Amino acid sequence: MATTLPATDVVLVGVGLVGTMMGRELTRAGLKVVGLERGQPQFTVPDFQGPRMHDELRYSIRKALMQDNTREPITFRNRSSETALPIRRWESFLPGTGLGGAAVHWNGQTYRFQESDFRMRTLTEQRYGKKFMDADLQVQDWGVTAAEMEKHYDRFEYLLGVSGKAGNIGGRKVAGGNPFEDPRAREYPTPPMKEPYGSAMFRKAAASLGYHPFPQPSANLSQNYRNPEGMELRTCMFCGFCERYGCEHYAKASPQTVLLPVLMNDQRFTLRTGAQVLRINLSPDKKHATGVTYVDAAGSEFVQPASLVILGSFALNNVRMLLLSGIGTPYDPQSGKGTVGRNYAYQTTSAVQIFYNEKININPFMRSGASGTVIADFVSDNFDHGPHKFVGGAYVGEVMSHGRPIEFHPTPPGTPAWGAGWKHAVARYYNHAIALNIHGSSMAARQNYLDLDPTYKDAWGQPVLRMTFDFPDNDIRMSKYLTERTMAIARAMGGEQVVPGARQRPYTVTQYQTTHTTGGTVMGSDPSNSVVNPFLQSWNVPNLFVIGASNFPQNASYNPTDTVGALAYRASEAIVERYLKNAGPLVAT
Amino acid sequence: MGSQPGPANGQMRFFNPGEAAFVRAAVARLIPSDELPGAIEAGVDQFIDIQLGGAWGAGERLFRGGPWHPGSPSQGYQLPFTPAELFRNALRAIASDVELKGKGPFEHWHAKDQDAYLTELQKGTRDLGGVPSNVFFESLWGLTVEGFLCDPVYGGNRGMVSWKMIGFPGAYANYYHLIDQHGIAFTRAPMSLADNGRGEVMLHPDIPAQPMAKGQ
Repeated sequence: MATTLPATDVVLVGVGLVGTMMGRELTRAGLKVVGLERGQPQFTVPDFQGPRMHDELRYSIRKALMQDNTREPITFRNRSSETALPIRRWESFLPGTGLGGAAVHWNGQTYRFQESDFRMRTLTEQRYGKKFMDADLQVQDWGVTAAEMEKHYDRFEYLLGVSGKAGNIGGRKVAGGNPFEDPRAREYPTPPMKEPYGSAMFRKAAASLGYHPFPQPSANLSQNYRNPEGMELRTCMFCGFCERYGCEHYAKASPQTVLLPVLMNDQRFTLRTGAQVLRINLSPDKKHATGVTYVDAAGSEFVQPASLVILGSFALNNVRMLLLSGIGTPYDPQSGKGTVGRNYAYQTTSAVQIFYNEKININPFMRSGASGTVIADFVSDNFDHGPHKFVGGAYVGEVMSHGRPIEFHPTPPGTPAWGAGWKHAVARYYNHAIALNIHGSSMAARQNYLDLDPTYKDAWGQPVLRMTFDFPDNDIRMSKYLTERTMAIARAMGGEQVVPGARQRPYTVTQYQTTHTTGGTVMGSDPSNSVVNPFLQSWNVPNLFVIGASNFPQNASYNPTDTVGALAYRASEAIVERYLKNAGPLVAT
Repeated sequence: MGSQPGPANGQMRFFNPGEAAFVRAAVARLIPSDELPGAIEAGVDQFIDIQLGGAWGAGERLFRGGPWHPGSPSQGYQLPFTPAELFRNALRAIASDVELKGKGPFEHWHAKDQDAYLTELQKGTRDLGGVPSNVFFESLWGLTVEGFLCDPVYGGNRGMVSWKMIGFPGAYANYYHLIDQHGIAFTRAPMSLADNGRGEVMLHPDIPAQPMAKGQ
């Protein structure tokens, strides 16, 4: 029997990046906010401190900071004709859990999406015609423009203290930055990080081929920084334990370092950890959320009534929560009808390896999660796609983030899989190899989607999420072309051997690629193909906002976090300035 | 358990003597010792024993709910066995198989024959007590690599031999002043996260990946 708690103004489902930001904005507006976080409380001190934090086996290999897959698995299959089976160990992507969420163990790569991403359907059809895209693609516009997003990106980047170099301030090109970016109002909060050796080699090679290298925007800071919330961040030490780890140095922007302590000090905010939300409760007509039902860590069930529900959990879990709560219509790939779970996309990554002679010490262990140098010449629509017959693209760069040896011990082709030959190759190449990263977009396709699994249940007896995904033909062609272009840069980098690795089908959950799972609750201007309006408000339930990378109609070339943060600020502005004055749909249907 | 010393060299707590002898001989071929250190110097067999006898062996971070189907390769591991069960079953089947060959214990075979047998396990799918031999091999190889390259707190990479071999500094946390000295030869001795400050590493018998949920 559930205990009904006193009502609150706002309940947050998940206290990660989105939950923390929304909690701060809504308490600031005078509302009482209850934050429900399924995982544990965790803070820079004592939880992320070295040397204990620098444990590759525990954090990278055993995935200590990740969602407990023994209680909440996901099932997977490549196509709907197969039976989905549980992902029994996380490998391909790593959903975070615990206070601060995935923004604790992220790498800090902080890029803005472009106008050509936000208006991809319209601009692609304008430039290449209506028949250019493959028939299976369900690419669509986001319902926002880069110009509308700018001030929210700006605010979010100043919250994080992002280290980078502007390429376009107010329409004026700035040397050294990304010349393809849309105009930004001002320079980054802090200058670029120091450039590692391999990144410098990449920069010279890319420039010699006529490309436009620039320092990767990083939320691991190049210098000490005090953000507008009064939080102090420190300079990154390049320790090489970043993604999959919490930062011991207060140098990586995370909820804990940029905002959470401010929120925790607010009397209007109540945090409950170990709180597993089972469902969002609805009024009988299903047009109004009345709050949520959750189970605490001791197994007791509670109802938390609330006037406003903010669903800000990990992208995949946002989708599952709507399905479990009966909000919206689940997507059906046969009919194409329904929107919840539609347009699941990922990231189409590949790599090129370069092996050097033994005089070149790469020192891969001296890295930050987001140090490095990249080019945007092949991002989005920054190049003519006409001859190539695909849409989307990739940024390419030398952005190695660590030299942790269980994960990183590159050997050239022809090396035996084990034995003396393997060992000698590991010893020979560990400090003399570079990987170039090709971080490609992922197009939404009719056959790729998320729904509830008919068979497998979680520890609370609820159906788990089922993922049906393989790389669309479009993205395989993109990966092949981009990997070939990257090979040319790699050959100009002075190594002895260059090894390509274009992405192949089938997609497999056995190999880490990225944690950038997107879509399923996509935003848009048309309720027939989106779950939330351009302010991230549910079309069906106006007092519910769904926020995260699950809002992306398709995934762009760049890493998602900057856009998630900017979208959250944009939603919070709409709630505070408009919704609180007149609770109802912000966009007429 | 804090920083109590782990089991003494050679003392196994999961493997029986026959299993321990096979695993020791197998990892000695997977990463052999020559002028560079191998799995034996690194204590890989002891690392595997500690892992299988602890939380990891019992299925930590492994979703164990049925029903069970073989699935496709892209769906990953789909057997019902915990790592401990997988090793126990496969090693039992291997012991019978070795006995049938009538060439004496595996650990006494010529290196060439040992390699041929391991290759057969690696490339084949022969049933080893419910475990396809290639799946067993991958599990053994995965743990071998971990035990060779992990922090010595776990009982493998003893003396940080592999880190010295490749030049990985370990749990050291600050390269701010070195990152822009491109190509510098980094010669500082590696550091374990369990270094006691006197150059000794305290073994930890078992570090679970994640403590139990505490709740509020």
